[in-house]
Formats: sequence, C-alpha cells, structure tokens
Amino acid sequence: MTADRAPDLECRALTKRFDTMTAVRSVDFSVPAGSFFSILGPSGCGKTTIMRMIAGFLEPTSGDILIKGRSMLGVPPNRRPVNMVFQHLALFPMMNVAENIGYGLRRQGVAKAEITRRTGEVLERIQLPDIGTRKVSELSGGQRQRVAIARCMVLEPDVLLLDEPLGALDLKLREKMKIELKALQAEFDTTFVYITHDQGEALVMSDSVAVMNAGAFEQVGAARDLYYNPATAFVAGFVGEANRWTGRVTAARGSEAEVRTDAGLTLHARGTGLSQGDKVEIFVRPEAITLAHSVHAVEGDANQIAVQVTALLFNGANSRVLVRDPVSGAEIDVALPQSAAFADLDKGAQVHVGWGRDQSLCFAGTRA
Amino acid sequence: MTPKSYLTCTVALLVLAAPAHADTLRLLTWGGYAPDAVIEKFEEATGHTVEVTLSNNEEMVAKLRATGGGGFDLAQPSQDRIAGPQAEFGIYKPIDMSKIDTAQITPSMLEATKANTTVDGDVYGVPHVWGTSGLIVNAAEAGSVADYTDLCNEDLMGKVTYRLKRPTLIGFAFAMGLDPFAAYGDTAAYQDILDQVEAKLVECKPVVKAYWSGGDELINLMRSGETVAAMAWDTGGWKLNTDNPDINFVAPASGALGWVDTFVLPAQGRADDAAYDWINFVMQPEIAAMITEEAGNFTASQGADEFVNDALKAQYQTSFPPEAVDNIRWYPPVPAEIERIEGETLDRVQAAS
Amino acid sequence: MTRRLGFFLLLAPLVLWLGLLIIIPHIDMALVSLRARTGPGEYAPSLQNYGDFFTQPLYLMTFARTAIMSVLATLITLIIGFPISYYIAKIARGRSQASLFLLCLIPFWVSELVRTFGWIILLRETGVISNMLQWAGLADQPVEMLYNDAAMMLGLVYTSMLFMVVPLTTTLESLDDAVIEAGYDLGGNGFSVLREIVIPHAMPGIVSGCIVVFMLSLGNYLTPTMLGGKDSLWFTQLIYSQFIVRFNWELGAAFGFCLLGASSLIVWGMLRLSGQTLERTMGEGA
Ligand SMILES: Nc1ncnc2c1ncn2[C@@H]1O[C@H](COP(=O)(O)OP(=O)(O)OP(=O)(O)O)[C@@H](O)[C@H]1O
Ligand SMILES: [Mg+2]
Repeated sequence: MTADRAPDLECRALTKRFDTMTAVRSVDFSVPAGSFFSILGPSGCGKTTIMRMIAGFLEPTSGDILIKGRSMLGVPPNRRPVNMVFQHLALFPMMNVAENIGYGLRRQGVAKAEITRRTGEVLERIQLPDIGTRKVSELSGGQRQRVAIARCMVLEPDVLLLDEPLGALDLKLREKMKIELKALQAEFDTTFVYITHDQGEALVMSDSVAVMNAGAFEQVGAARDLYYNPATAFVAGFVGEANRWTGRVTAARGSEAEVRTDAGLTLHARGTGLSQGDKVEIFVRPEAITLAHSVHAVEGDANQIAVQVTALLFNGANSRVLVRDPVSGAEIDVALPQSAAFADLDKGAQVHVGWGRDQSLCFAGTRA
Repeated sequence: MTPKSYLTCTVALLVLAAPAHADTLRLLTWGGYAPDAVIEKFEEATGHTVEVTLSNNEEMVAKLRATGGGGFDLAQPSQDRIAGPQAEFGIYKPIDMSKIDTAQITPSMLEATKANTTVDGDVYGVPHVWGTSGLIVNAAEAGSVADYTDLCNEDLMGKVTYRLKRPTLIGFAFAMGLDPFAAYGDTAAYQDILDQVEAKLVECKPVVKAYWSGGDELINLMRSGETVAAMAWDTGGWKLNTDNPDINFVAPASGALGWVDTFVLPAQGRADDAAYDWINFVMQPEIAAMITEEAGNFTASQGADEFVNDALKAQYQTSFPPEAVDNIRWYPPVPAEIERIEGETLDRVQAAS
Repeated sequence: MTRRLGFFLLLAPLVLWLGLLIIIPHIDMALVSLRARTGPGEYAPSLQNYGDFFTQPLYLMTFARTAIMSVLATLITLIIGFPISYYIAKIARGRSQASLFLLCLIPFWVSELVRTFGWIILLRETGVISNMLQWAGLADQPVEMLYNDAAMMLGLVYTSMLFMVVPLTTTLESLDDAVIEAGYDLGGNGFSVLREIVIPHAMPGIVSGCIVVFMLSLGNYLTPTMLGGKDSLWFTQLIYSQFIVRFNWELGAAFGFCLLGASSLIVWGMLRLSGQTLERTMGEGA
C-alpha cells in the first residue's frame, strides 16, 4: 500500500436521488488496494444503493466512481472490473456448482480446459474441492456462501463487493463465516467492499469501516477509532453498546462539563465547545464503568453513584448488571467483572459504580 | 301421514291442477320460421308455450341423432333429409294425417312431400316453407352470369363466392348438362358425375374469392361489392335487392334448385298435440303470410300469397318468370351413401390448390 | 375407517366428473370408431375407419397441414409472447404492470365469434385497414388481407396469446432479479444472460405455454373456418363435417382419436426435446 499507488476504489461526492428522496448524499471515500472496507449502517440508509452504483446497476445522479484510477461512469456492469456477491447470493439455480463458477470465464471466452482448471483451483481454495457437479440447491448455507465468492474470485476482479452476504445465515454459521471471509480475503488478496448492518461483522473483519446514516457517511476509520473515539452521537450509539442519556449542560469549563440528565442525574463529562444550557447526549460504555462493593474503590472517579442491583443478565463473558440510582431512578447498564468478588452478587444488593470524566462521551445534542 | 306420502299427494295435486292440454312445445327450426308475433298469437290461442331453438338441416339431424330423437317436440328439416335419416337412425315418428288440417295446404306440395317422406308406408313430413337456391348477381358488374358454370368466368377473377355444400355440386352438375337426381339410385354413375363436377370446381377455384359459410357472410360480401356473383338462396338475393337494385336473385338457365322445409315429429317428442296445434295454426293464410314476411320465403299455405306485401311479390316475379317456376328442380330424398361420397368430393375440392 | 370414508366422499365429485364427462363418452366414442356401417341402421365391428385415415392422402395431408400450422402458430406466439411477458414480469412496475396484463386479458371479455368478426372487419377488402392504406396513399386499390393462411395465423396467435403470456409471466416473475443482475455482473451481455439464465429458468413456463397454445390451435374450429382461405382445410373441420354434415359418426370418432393420439405424441416430443417432464411444467409453469 504505497502512497503513490492509486486506490482500488474511490468515490467522489457520490450522490443518488430517487424521485423525491435522496438515498445517497455526497459520499466520499477511497479504498486502498488489498484492504477490507466495510460500510456499516442501519437498514435503509443507502448501503445497497452505493453498491449498485459501484457495480453499475444504477447511474449516480452526480459524483464519480473510479476503479484503479479509471472513471466508471457510463461503463456497463459487464465491463467493470468489479464483481458482486449479492444479498441473497443469486447463484444460478439452473447450473451446477462448476457451471456457476465457470460462467464468467465462459463469457470471457476462456478455453474449456482452462475453465475446468481454474474452476477446480478456486474450489480448492475455498476448500470444497469435490462439489463441482452438485446442484446449487444441494449445498448448505455456508457452502453456497463460499461458492458465491468463488464465482466472483475466479474472475480476479480488482474489487469484490459483498452486500450483506451473511444476512441469510444462522448465528453460529455467521460467526464462523466472519472469520472465514477474512481468511478468504487474505487468501485472494483482493480489495473487499463489504456492507452490513451488523456492527459485529464490520468491526471484526474490516481494516476500515464507514458508518453510514440516512444516505451520508458519519465517520470513516479503523474499528478501534470508531469505538473509542466516535465522531458523532450516531456513531457512539450505533457502534458498540452504551448507556445513553440526554440532558443539559449546567456548568462548562474548558473541555470539562457538568451535565444534568433529564432523569435528574448529575454527570461529569469531557466535551469541547459546550456552554451552559446546551442540550447534550452522553454515552458511557458498560465496560468503562467500575463496579465496587465499597465506595473507596471508585473514589478517584469523576462520576460515582451508590446504586442498587435491579437485575443480573448472565451471558458468560458478556454478562451484565443492571443497577438503579435511587435518587434519580435512572437505570445504568454495567459490565459484570469476571472476578470472584461479584460471583455471589444478588438482586437488591447495594453497590457503588464509578467512571472517569473521559469515559463520558458528550455530544452537542441534535436529536434530543 | 308420513312426510313421504305428503309429498306424493302434493305432486299428484299439482299434476291434476295443471290444465291437461297446455304443453311446452320445443321447436327446432330455422331463423325466421317462428316470428315472435306468431308465437304470441299461438300461445294466446292455445295456452301452450313455445321454446324455439334455431338450427340448420345438418345440425337438426345431428342433434336428433345424438338424443335418439329426443329433446324436441317438432322439427323442420328439408324434405330430402327425412327418409334417409329415418331409415338409418329412426329419429322421427309417423305423422297422423287425420290431425292435420290438410285443406289449408297446397295439394300439389302436400302430395309431393308425402311421397318423398314415406318410409315403410308411414308418412313423416308435412310441407311448410319452400324456396330455391340459384344465383345472386350484381347486374352492373356481372350481367353475363346466367348459369352456375358462369361463376368460373375468368373476368370475374376473385369476385365470386359460393358454398362448399351439396347444392353447389348438384347445381354445377345440372349446368354441365348432367342429371344428378337421376343417378341417385346408382352410386357408380353418381360418382362419375361427382368426378366431373370436382374437376370443374377445382378448375374454378382461382376465380373464387372465398367459400362462404354463413348467410351474413354472403350478404356482406355481395353488399360491399367484394364479390359480384354468388350461388345462394333466393331470399338472400331479395334482401340485397332492397338495398341495391343492381343485385337480384337470378334463376339459373339450368333451373333453380327447389327445397321444401317440412314439419316432422321427433321420435321421442312429448307434446304431439301441441305440435299438431302449431302446424295447423301456422298454416292459416294470415299467419303463413306473417312468416313469409319474416323469412322471405313463401309457404305451402293455400291462399297465403294474397296477404304478402307487394314488394316481395314483385321481387319474386322478377326472379321467377313462369317458365322459370316450371324449371325448378325439386330435391328428391337423398340416400345416405350419396351424401357420404359427396362429402369426400367436397373435402377434396377444399383441399385442392 | 371413517377418515377413509371421508376421503372417498371428498374424491367422489372429481371421480364422477372425470367418469361421466370424460371417460364414459370417450369409451363410447372409441366403440363407435371401431365399427363400420354395413347397411341402413346396421353396423359391424371394423377397423375400416382407421384404415381410411391412414390410406386417404386427403386426411393425412389435412392432418399434417393442421399440425404444422399449429406448431408454427405456437412458435410465433412464443416469439411475440416472450418479450411481452418479460416486460410485464421484469420491467413494468405497479400500475403499468397490471394494466399490461389486463390488455392481454381484454380480448377474452368478448366471445371468440365476436373477436373473429373483429378481425374480419379489419382485414377484409373493404375493411378498415384496406381503407386506411388507400387513404394514406400506400395502396391505390383495395387490398384483400382476409381469406389466407396469414390471416388465419394472425387469428390463432391472437386467440392464444394469453395462454402463452400467463405461464411465461409466472415463471419469469419467480426469477430473482438479482440472478439476472449477477449474470451481467459476471460479464454476460443481454443475449448470453437470456440464453443461459432467463430461458433455462423459464423453460417450464415456455413448455407449458407451448403445449396449451398448440392444443388450442390444433383444436380451433372457428378461426380457420372464418379467416382461412378457400384452400384452408383444418382437421377439426373434417371432424365436424363427419359428425354434423355427413352423419358419419364412425369416421368422425376415428378422426377424433387419431387427433388425440397424434397430438399427445407431438406434446411428448416437445417435452423430450426440451428435457422437461409433464409434472414439472404443469406444476411450476401454470
Ligand atoms: N429504485 C428505487 N426507487 C426509489 N427509492 C429507492 C430505490 N431503491 C432504493 N430506494 C430507497 O433508497 C433508500 C436506501 O435503500 P438501500 O437499498 O440502499 O438501503 P440499504 O441500506 O441497503 O438497506 P438494507 O440494509 O435494508 O438492505 C431506501 O429508503 C429505499 O427505499
Ligand atoms: Mg441492502
């Protein structure tokens, strides 16, 4: 990934308007060669629309799409060096697996023997060497998934587009395929553009993730950045779990602010450019909150509250404790530490919670 | 009383209550032979009700054959379609002449029909409407057409129409100087005649625009001027004459072909009394004249002509000068075997190209 | 035991319907076809009627002509119907989709007779089209378009169109748009996507549409009679005239069975050629 090499895919001010609504609003991004780029966003935010413009099924209203530096405007789908794995895979039901994979090569006019060789090779690489003669309907969900990818990869595209390819799979298989997809990307060493509304998929696999909302990108960055330094309230709320409160700034000094939530809880947060009376949203990750039996354990924290346990949500390593502030009545979601100290925590127990000022992510409220 | 006997009593009462002589007459006939006005008068006079089904010769016989002579109480095939089908399929029942008011019927027609429709000594038909087939000619464009064979004239190329049915075969045979009726009894001789006619019809085919199959089709072809000469029924010609004086029915030089539509009783008819009532009713001169006005053809009712309008009479007289009337060739009963070989001839003509 | 009884009671109407209206008349017809007239009202068992069919060139020629023209009508209907169905199923949306479908249905709101008369009014020498051509100066004398095989073909195709469009539209609708797009995405052009993806998918619909249209054309009576020319003898006309005009039920019945047998053979051939089975085409296509 040298700087002078043109990115595999670049979108400039990409916009798509349908009659009355704007599905994609001036989106800019570039994907370096060989990387795994995800677009993450809620259903209906315009992800598929971007994909279809890149693949050539939709003409952008304005903006440009470049693949390896070459503009794709006016190039029909069958002449673009991108291939797409469809939301429901769209394998050809009238052909067997080998015919499915060989389809693109046949279209390129590759010789029969060569097709057979390359089809066999790609089947090896997806570790399904013996299924060439099977019917598509006889495959398992995971096998189909891999065949759909192989069908594209055999053409050695510059960019592979994947539109929520794991959407139709059950949870277990989805977890497994996440890892496998990442491995496949490394194996083929191709640029993947992956869209999903599942943050788990995006965070695990991607080198870089774009969070999208209502047709526009909110933030583009590495998974860790999005999680720890969300740029907007939307990103903070959409990526990862968080306690969310809305309230007003009661005092602001430099980058420090004191906020009183609508429920009546007083919180200390960090946020720039805030002044007294501003509406804000505050996000606190459950795992950023310290849980303690005694108040001394949270003494150093800017925020500390004595609370009562209202529920225990056991889920192995991801177990949670729901606690309530008796003063304001606010519920707080706290990660359960995996230590013996809390093994016998019970409903109704009196505990203390606390977190630092930096752990309270504060955004000027737009949606409050 | 049990419910069952209640039911029996009710049915019995209903049957008794109905007037014994009022029936439903199911009439199988041609278009125009049972005008609504006549039916109304008849129902008023007799208390019977009439249900009419319109048909043609072939379908009448086919329908009666399919039901073994059931489904209708009175039918009206042509007189040449009675003896043959009766001998073959037994679909009619004999007519009781004592129930017919024979004084109302022209004696010569009554006798001729009786002779033609007698099977094993029983009479099966009474004459009703008669007419002819011959030529319909547009004098302005095809004045030269005087006989069936003139329909082959090259200068009428694409402007001629006729049916592919047996009257055409017979008409052409007469026009070619042959006598098909005389050969009815001799299949081999008849086949010989048919072969000559077939050759002629195949030779004439290029001149023909289309073989018409329904009366409306013929009228449209002649009226629009798409054809200027046709072989058809006299009434068609008279109807066209009313719209366009150039067109009229012409009795061919070799003789028009005369047909008589009759009354017959289907073998399983259930309302014979009503059937006899209808026959006697429509043979009254005034009623018969009403039918003539509707159908365009004259009837065997004695003295009905007086009641017919002058226009129709005038058209009739133009088409039939006295010598042409004498020249009419009446169809004798057609033997089944003859119809079969005629059919083969017709198929071959149609398929030839 | 009672469930068994219920099952048979439910089945009874179907069995009765099949038995009374289809099987029994056919058995009767078969018996009629296997006898010959020996004298007035007398018949003897014989194969003569079938013999006639196979030895008279007229009958065989008429049958061959009818079958070939029907196959042709079926092909033309398919060629015209396929783009229409594709448009209805894949391109038109919402209201226009519904109205297009309705457009195919409209001809069936009037009787076949009226429909055929409509064509006569349009095509005849003094008809609408001929007049328009003269008015537009494209013809200097009346043009006769009626009474020939082309007019008859037009009538047959028009009458059959719906029966092709319905199964085709149904199968095409069941083809996921994404599959077609995948075809393009992987380098296919319009033609190869049609040949490798759309047509194979639509095959059951194509075959069932073709079977229905072929049978309808083969069994049509009115259209060949009214629109066809003076040479156009259709096999159903032969059957009609044997039954109705000639009173020769024996030969008519034999013709009927020959038609049934031959058309079954042709349909079987179509299925074999296209690699389909009857269950599949009728199950998926219709
Ligand atoms: N052809 C179209 N005409 C009009 N509106 C459209 C069209 N296609 C998509 N839209 C609208 O554009 C918006 C974005 O749609 P898109 O399919 O890109 O969403 P998405 O992010 O892929 O959602 P999902 O996660 O549910 O697949 C939606 O509101 C949708 O209704
Ligand atoms: Mg989508």
